[in-house]
Amino acid sequence: MEVMSQPKYTGKRYRLDKPELLAPAGNLEKLKFAIHYGADAVYIGGQVYGLRSNADNFSFEEMREGVEFAQKYGAKVFVATNIYAHNEDLEGIEAYLRNLHEVGIAAIITADPAIIEIAQRAVPEIEVHLSTQQSTMNWQSVKFWKEEGLPRVVLGREVSFQEIAEIKKHVDIEIEAFVHGAMCSSYSGRCVLSNHFTDRDSNRGGCCQSCRWSYDLFEEAPSNDVWVSEEEAQNTPHALFQPEDNAFTMGSKDLCMLESIPELIEVGIDSFKIEGRMKSLHYVATVVNAYRQAIDSYMADPDNYVLKPEWVEEINKAANRPVNTGFFYDTPDHEDHIYEPEEKATPYDFAGLVLEYNAEDGKALIQQRNHFKPGQEIEFFGPGGTFFKQRVETIWDEKGNVLDAARHAMQRVVIKVDQPVRYFDMMRCKRK
Amino acid sequence: MVNKPELLVTAGSLNEISTLIDAGADALLIGNDRFGMRLAGSFSIEEIQEAVQQAHARQVHVYVSLQNLMSNDLLDSLPDYVKALGNAGVDGVEFNDPSVLMAVKTYAPQMKLHWNAEMTTTNYATANYWGRRGAKRVVFARELNMDEITGMKGHLEIESQVQVHGMTNIYHSKRSLVGSYMLHQGRPLDGGSLGKERGLFLLEGERPGEKYPIYEDINGTHIMSSDDICILEDLHFLLEAGVNSLKVEGLLKPLSYNETVVRTYRQVIDTYMADPANYSYQEQFMDNIRKIQDPERELTFGFFYKEQVY
Repeated sequence: MEVMSQPKYTGKRYRLDKPELLAPAGNLEKLKFAIHYGADAVYIGGQVYGLRSNADNFSFEEMREGVEFAQKYGAKVFVATNIYAHNEDLEGIEAYLRNLHEVGIAAIITADPAIIEIAQRAVPEIEVHLSTQQSTMNWQSVKFWKEEGLPRVVLGREVSFQEIAEIKKHVDIEIEAFVHGAMCSSYSGRCVLSNHFTDRDSNRGGCCQSCRWSYDLFEEAPSNDVWVSEEEAQNTPHALFQPEDNAFTMGSKDLCMLESIPELIEVGIDSFKIEGRMKSLHYVATVVNAYRQAIDSYMADPDNYVLKPEWVEEINKAANRPVNTGFFYDTPDHEDHIYEPEEKATPYDFAGLVLEYNAEDGKALIQQRNHFKPGQEIEFFGPGGTFFKQRVETIWDEKGNVLDAARHAMQRVVIKVDQPVRYFDMMRCKRK
Repeated sequence: MVNKPELLVTAGSLNEISTLIDAGADALLIGNDRFGMRLAGSFSIEEIQEAVQQAHARQVHVYVSLQNLMSNDLLDSLPDYVKALGNAGVDGVEFNDPSVLMAVKTYAPQMKLHWNAEMTTTNYATANYWGRRGAKRVVFARELNMDEITGMKGHLEIESQVQVHGMTNIYHSKRSLVGSYMLHQGRPLDGGSLGKERGLFLLEGERPGEKYPIYEDINGTHIMSSDDICILEDLHFLLEAGVNSLKVEGLLKPLSYNETVVRTYRQVIDTYMADPANYSYQEQFMDNIRKIQDPERELTFGFFYKEQVY
């Protein structure tokens, strides 16, 4: 019988005692929440050279503020400069990287060697991490990048646990891997569907997620019938679907490795990356929170670690797509794609943010983030998990006037809470 | 004065080689599906040897695609394969994974390295970066426009190659997407093929008439463009810009089609080179290609003149 505590995959840990939990931060507020909820590092996008041209993205001033905030927690801020540059992009890169260094950015995540080279020459103080967009999947290539002076490689999403263990065995380098979030179903960077369908350049941040659209699958049906002319035969393709079938799509389920924390740690992954610079504050805080607890729990006592069902439940409150384990155990198959129409809504709404709590009268000042009204069931959560549930009683405005509902975005309202809450705690309510 | 560029075409089998050389090819791109990617056909090492002999007898170069995104399990057999290609006399290999660069430099340094990362080969600085690490040529992304390509001149420290004709890959996944879909439908494939020969294609609701070929092989699922690039009319811009190699992609086309395309480009290149100053494009240059072009696949300038946003 297999000994339960024996690690399944063993690679070598390079530097970090405990894996880094790396979270996305689409804007300054998300950065603060990601860090407050337990991220060891966050990655953000600047105004240029990143792959999320639709995200809010940071000005240098916002980056500076983000770095200062992060430093109080001992956390780091990375910037994604992960485009494949065109000639016209090259000129401004050096000045941009100098600015990143000046505001205190610890590392850039880069795919294009042109940017790597400029960074190494102009701002050697900034670490260069090789982006997943390079689709690095073998130890020789990882070794190549180490010899090029890179301290960290973000592996392609197509590698398995076994392959990661082999890479760690051959090369002493920090390995970062995506553990949670949406995935390109293609090799990252090897998709120009957006360019072809909408003239938007996917490798410079214009991806319009054409892989999640619906398609019809056909085959050319060359007829053997001598009575059908060659031309007619060629013009009668044959549908490979029935009217009642779901459409063909490339869209993948999202990655969720929360249930595999021991293996992720044992294989030697140095940084656990969560996807989602475009995701909501609620999502980022909730997902980071769950992984933080699982990692801490494992590190505190690996032999007696057990996955707590509430960590998984928490994530399900903020996420809307079905999940799988990507390529970690096996190549994804028909159960790993989303053929049915997608449910856009999450089961819970982020209803409010705690700004202040008054212990004397048990009232909390809440910044409204979604509609809520008396009688509704709400729950409060913060770093460490969900604390308690209650019903909304009276809602007051700041002047003490009673409101029938909190219906204005960012409105400051007061409610009574059953237990103490703190600044940065969040309040969510179940969708009706 | 411009140097005469190379006319490169993919070959699907040994049988095609003499026809393509007769049509005017200066170089052939071949390979094996295990190490190469999206090839017109898969050649064994013996066939590669034979292809090199036939081609070299007629002063034609042979390049082999080693363009796969390599996994650990391929690394073990890579050195022997690279040595075998070197012994076969292969002139150059296409790569996009650094492991291939290292293997070629170690085991068969006489072969030229052509850096081809398809859609991610987008600027001269990165091309020069690979040049300083041993690459002799860069194969530009098909998503670049004409100004970007001609603007490389003067900046580029290595040779350049541009695809001038044929379809392009627009999506590559390691997943088995067609097979998965069929399983999802409850009509799993029973023994048939999902490969190139099957003639599978996708249609998207808002783009009727645009047929996107899709196929699976050992490297996953490949989706191809609905149009065929044809830059013949403006080939002289690439010639003036000193592009060193012009590629005709023969994937998913019959030999007769590729032969005609190569013959046509050969004539236009030769006409231009004979007297660049007085060259002018004539509509009839295109006649033979138009006659054989699949009416459902438009001949376009690809991204040469397209505005892309992001």
